[in-house]
Amino acid sequence: MPQATKEVPVETPQQPVEGSELLPKKLTHARPLFDPQILRRAIIESFVKLNPKVLLKNPVIFVVEAGALMTTLFMVRDLATGAGGIGFTAQISLWLWFTVLFANFAEAMAEARGKAQADALRKTKTDSVAKRVKSGGATESVSASMLRAGDVVICEAGDLIPGDGEVIEGIATVDESVITGESAPVIRESGGDRSAVTGGTKILSDQVRIRITSNPGETFLDRMIALVEGAERQKTPNEIALNILIAGLTLIFLLAVVTLQPFAQYSAGASGTGSVPSVAVLVSLLVCLIPTTIGGLLSAIGIAGMDRVMQHNVLAMSGRAVEASGDVNTLLLDKTGTITIGNREAVEFIPVPGVTESELADAAQLSSLADETPEGRSVVVLAKQKYGLRGREVAHHEAHFIPFSAYTRMSGVDIDQRRLRKGATESICQFVKEQGGRVPQDLTAISERISRLGGTPLAVADGSRALGVIYLKDIVKGGMKERLGQLRAMGIRSVMITGDNPLTAAAIAAEAGVDDFLAQASPADKLAYIRKEQSDGRLVAMTGDGTNDAPALAQADVGLAMNTGTMAAKEAGNMVDLDSNPTKLIEVVAIGKQLLITRGALTTFSIANDVAKYFAIIPAMFMATYPALGALNIMGLHNPQSAVLSAVIFNALIIIVLVPLALRGVKYRPESAASLLRRNLLVYGLGGIIAPFPGIWLIDQLVHVLRLA
Amino acid sequence: MTTLGVLQILVFFTVILAVTKPLGVFMTRLFAGERTFLHPVLRPVEKLLYALGGVDEKEEQRWTKYTASLLSFSLFSFVVLYLLQRLQGVLPANPQGFSGAHAPGGATAMTPDLAFNTAVSFVTNTNWQSYVGETTLSYLVQMAGLTVQNFVSAAAGIAIAVAVIRGFARQQSSSLGNFWVDLVRGTLYLLLPLSLVGALFLCSQGVIQNLSPYTQVTTVEGKAQVLAQGPVASQEAIKMIGTNGGGFFNANSAHPFENPTPLTNFVQMLMIFIIPAGLTYTFGRMVGDTRQGWALFAAMSLLFFAGVFALYASEQAGNPVLAKLGIQTAATANQPGGNMEGKEVRFGIAATALFATITTDASCGAVNGMHDSFTPLGGLVPLFNLHLGEVIFGGVGAGLYGMLLFAIVAVFIAGLMVGRTPEYLGKKIESKEVKMAMLAMLATSAAILLFSGITAVIQFPKDAYWNGSYGPGVGNLNNSGPHGLAEILYAYSSGAANNGSAFAGISANTPWYNLTIGLAMLVGRFLMIIPLMAAAGSLAAKKRVPVTSGTFPTHGPLFVGLLAGTVVIVGALTFFPALSLTPIVEHFLMQQGRLF
Repeated sequence: MPQATKEVPVETPQQPVEGSELLPKKLTHARPLFDPQILRRAIIESFVKLNPKVLLKNPVIFVVEAGALMTTLFMVRDLATGAGGIGFTAQISLWLWFTVLFANFAEAMAEARGKAQADALRKTKTDSVAKRVKSGGATESVSASMLRAGDVVICEAGDLIPGDGEVIEGIATVDESVITGESAPVIRESGGDRSAVTGGTKILSDQVRIRITSNPGETFLDRMIALVEGAERQKTPNEIALNILIAGLTLIFLLAVVTLQPFAQYSAGASGTGSVPSVAVLVSLLVCLIPTTIGGLLSAIGIAGMDRVMQHNVLAMSGRAVEASGDVNTLLLDKTGTITIGNREAVEFIPVPGVTESELADAAQLSSLADETPEGRSVVVLAKQKYGLRGREVAHHEAHFIPFSAYTRMSGVDIDQRRLRKGATESICQFVKEQGGRVPQDLTAISERISRLGGTPLAVADGSRALGVIYLKDIVKGGMKERLGQLRAMGIRSVMITGDNPLTAAAIAAEAGVDDFLAQASPADKLAYIRKEQSDGRLVAMTGDGTNDAPALAQADVGLAMNTGTMAAKEAGNMVDLDSNPTKLIEVVAIGKQLLITRGALTTFSIANDVAKYFAIIPAMFMATYPALGALNIMGLHNPQSAVLSAVIFNALIIIVLVPLALRGVKYRPESAASLLRRNLLVYGLGGIIAPFPGIWLIDQLVHVLRLA
Repeated sequence: MTTLGVLQILVFFTVILAVTKPLGVFMTRLFAGERTFLHPVLRPVEKLLYALGGVDEKEEQRWTKYTASLLSFSLFSFVVLYLLQRLQGVLPANPQGFSGAHAPGGATAMTPDLAFNTAVSFVTNTNWQSYVGETTLSYLVQMAGLTVQNFVSAAAGIAIAVAVIRGFARQQSSSLGNFWVDLVRGTLYLLLPLSLVGALFLCSQGVIQNLSPYTQVTTVEGKAQVLAQGPVASQEAIKMIGTNGGGFFNANSAHPFENPTPLTNFVQMLMIFIIPAGLTYTFGRMVGDTRQGWALFAAMSLLFFAGVFALYASEQAGNPVLAKLGIQTAATANQPGGNMEGKEVRFGIAATALFATITTDASCGAVNGMHDSFTPLGGLVPLFNLHLGEVIFGGVGAGLYGMLLFAIVAVFIAGLMVGRTPEYLGKKIESKEVKMAMLAMLATSAAILLFSGITAVIQFPKDAYWNGSYGPGVGNLNNSGPHGLAEILYAYSSGAANNGSAFAGISANTPWYNLTIGLAMLVGRFLMIIPLMAAAGSLAAKKRVPVTSGTFPTHGPLFVGLLAGTVVIVGALTFFPALSLTPIVEHFLMQQGRLF
């Protein structure tokens, strides 16, 4: 017997909504940034990546490697000829190689984290034995890897589901923790939107028939492994554009440094002293100027972005999808489950004239005693809280409970000659008339008023007497208004999609603070809405789970499908949320933005750094030719060699220092573009100009103390 | 700096500010094909020109066709101008009898390489002058060749700017307008009327306009002197308004026949900036948000003021070596103080500093004093202005599209920091645009650095064809040390930036210099325009993303600072090594008492 508890008997949402922080700190799959095993793998991989063929994909680092090779060759030549200054050339060569290795390491770290996750997934991919149904109806045991799309298998409690498929018969509880990391079992049943099952997950109870929908090697799990491993990783459009920019800058700096050689030759001739800078010094200047920081970290940022999405238990089918989510202008959010907690709650009993509130409450509570739905329980609780009516023991009475059916659209109880019913207003009216009663006009009026307020009216009748209406209210998730406000600050419009009538929709929309709503929305309406937004140049993100959502999911720029949804929905979207929490769309958008911001911040930082490096290297380079240029040595570096060396060391170390930032992403706060820009420009632009000065100075002090130059 | 000097600068800027909007509105209407107050007179002429040229004014061109039209027009102009120069000896209006083959009375021969250099120079709106006007060219070449190019190369630049703006303004469009129509309208309604008024004004102030042979006079010292004559005023006005800069005389706007009074000097400076400034407003109007145009204007103004005050301060501070000798270098009521070397007394330090800044901010290149004689830091400003790509108002059209190039780069780098694919004016900046912007930047930087670098060390046998009696590439320098290198750097920077001013001090009329500077001018003009037009074509095809609070704002002070910062940082990072060996080291050496 349901005993009311003190809390509102409504399930709180799984995902706590945080007001200030868009990105929850606790991640289901979170791994420490520097896991020893991952670290080892990354270090080995950094050396493997020294292969010029591999590096050619990254022009900036390739130039560094070419420079490192050149200085090393000159060092060897000097060694052979016994020329002086070997120690300096050797140190420069060493640090140039380090620069390449550090850049490789950054990328390898990001990849290794993905690989570690892929390995974990692969372990779960044991080859199970499947019971395939033969054409005659008998079953045969075959290896899961023999299954082809269209085969039908039978799975029962304890079995691993042999492949992706659809339940065509029966209902079962399934442990999907392999995929989702969520230990609570989920229900999978034939028909409807909860029929999809994933290979590798485990049946916990009952027996189902499953039609296999994918061939071996193409299953969801296979795709997931490939994705996290980065095997299918392709550069995203923005990454390509950024690569072009830094490659272009590299060429410009190459020109500046190469032409410095003749200028230096002229100057040495003109001043009569000094000589042309050595290759080691020229290469050092070049490496310091070209954007090695962003060049070294660019792919790591992209991989890490995908990885962050993954840590939120969202599987992005491509980096392009993650990037696009940062650009989203319009967010389509389903009302139920996203904006409101899926259930409604009774908040008021409104009797028709001639009936007291407590009389209505009593009848409502009695009719709901056996109603296990959250709505039903909330009626019991409200009656108890407001009118002190306790849940009663009804077993000794002659009680017969009438369950809800889609046909009658009401439920209730027959107890001691009373026939108590609650349900949709029209249904109750019908019931009352059938019982020979008369429907008071007020009943319809009250119902309409509740609808207008965004609520759902639930009429109550005692036999031929209509008593009144229970006001069921949609409960907007806590903190939703703040989050939608943050979205607005980020320039994203939120649109609520609901099957409710426009009146109800408008009321909830106002309460939740969405910018627009689409009421009585059919799948076709959704699709049309998306197309209209897109034709105005906006990017649209949406979530969906049903087969009828598939066209809209495919049309949207970011389509987040729920893992509990149908295969069709999952195929149509470009992301799958393994937790099936539609609110996560907001987090995905934040991650997309964070990814782009990280790229921009590190690019800006990288370029801004050059200013200080000039002040270190240029006076050092021409100290012999023009001692007067010593005036530019504003850092007061000890001597030309230590100045060059310090700049090169700083340039190499900054890559390592920024690896955690690249992997984690820069801090992102939802706010307007103007204030984001102001802060990031200050931190990474101005900071990028200033930071290297003390950095290089400090290294110079160390170099001097250690007598390295 | 003196109060009067600062006031001159501020008054100048105020006038520019005042004409920006009205001229901008006029140009918006003109290039949108709307009726202007000049239509009753000029429309029949315009129609006649289309009929003669077989141009359908309704026809819209894709970026490829638009650019191809410009290129073919420029090639045609080049050929005509080259032939005019080479054949001037047999053509009329040549009272001094100049020719390509022989040179009467110390005149310069119009050799093939000089004709190439000059033709390229005027077709690319550079007006680098390897020749000395009064001793090389006939009146016919000056009028029908150079002055015509002063008009049409300027109009072509404006046309390209308008086409690029259309790239931002249009949505899902495959075309950018019609080059021939834009060219005709720019010349007919804009440049001609302004030049007419300008020329008449200059005449009223004493600028000469005749076709007479040169005059022999006896000076007060009793010596004989030849005074060059010619149709100066007509060329002078368009020289400034079209940011061409090629003087009728070698001394350019320092010559009293070109620029006789402080008033003409002031008006000439205004003439340089009015169209480039007005175009910023046109830009704002055409993209539907005048704040966007003012933002560009503000960024340009910021850089303008930084340049002019740095230059002025340095010139007014003068030379510390002279000060040490006890020479009065402070301004007093009776003397200007500072560094007056190479400056005209009738203009003074402020007006020369202002002129030098303006002429290198824009791609004009006219001069009213010798940049070569500036203090090192004073000389650094014009040189660095060239390195910035002449986007501080810039050449007519060229300044605006150059600035848009920087806007693309600035938005791309910093725009990412707001967490979205960067967009400018609602157009997404993607790989195609970035590629084209980088290509354009790379091309001009490469032309400057490579040619300067090679010239600094290249060796030619003495009396060989390439560099004649000068021998090595540096043999043509009249100054030694860092200053000499600065002269080389300035020459190629001026060429690639399509400026045309010179540090002088370099005898550049040899095949090597004529050819390489000519190539630098071609690169600076066309390898800038082609990629930019490709980007404009791609932008025009895009949809416009609606503005939200998540959009990178490109109209506020933050963007203005960012844009100006990007211009400076890109220029500084590319050229700092070269500059450190030229004016920068020269400055430090001067402080130690060494001069060059």
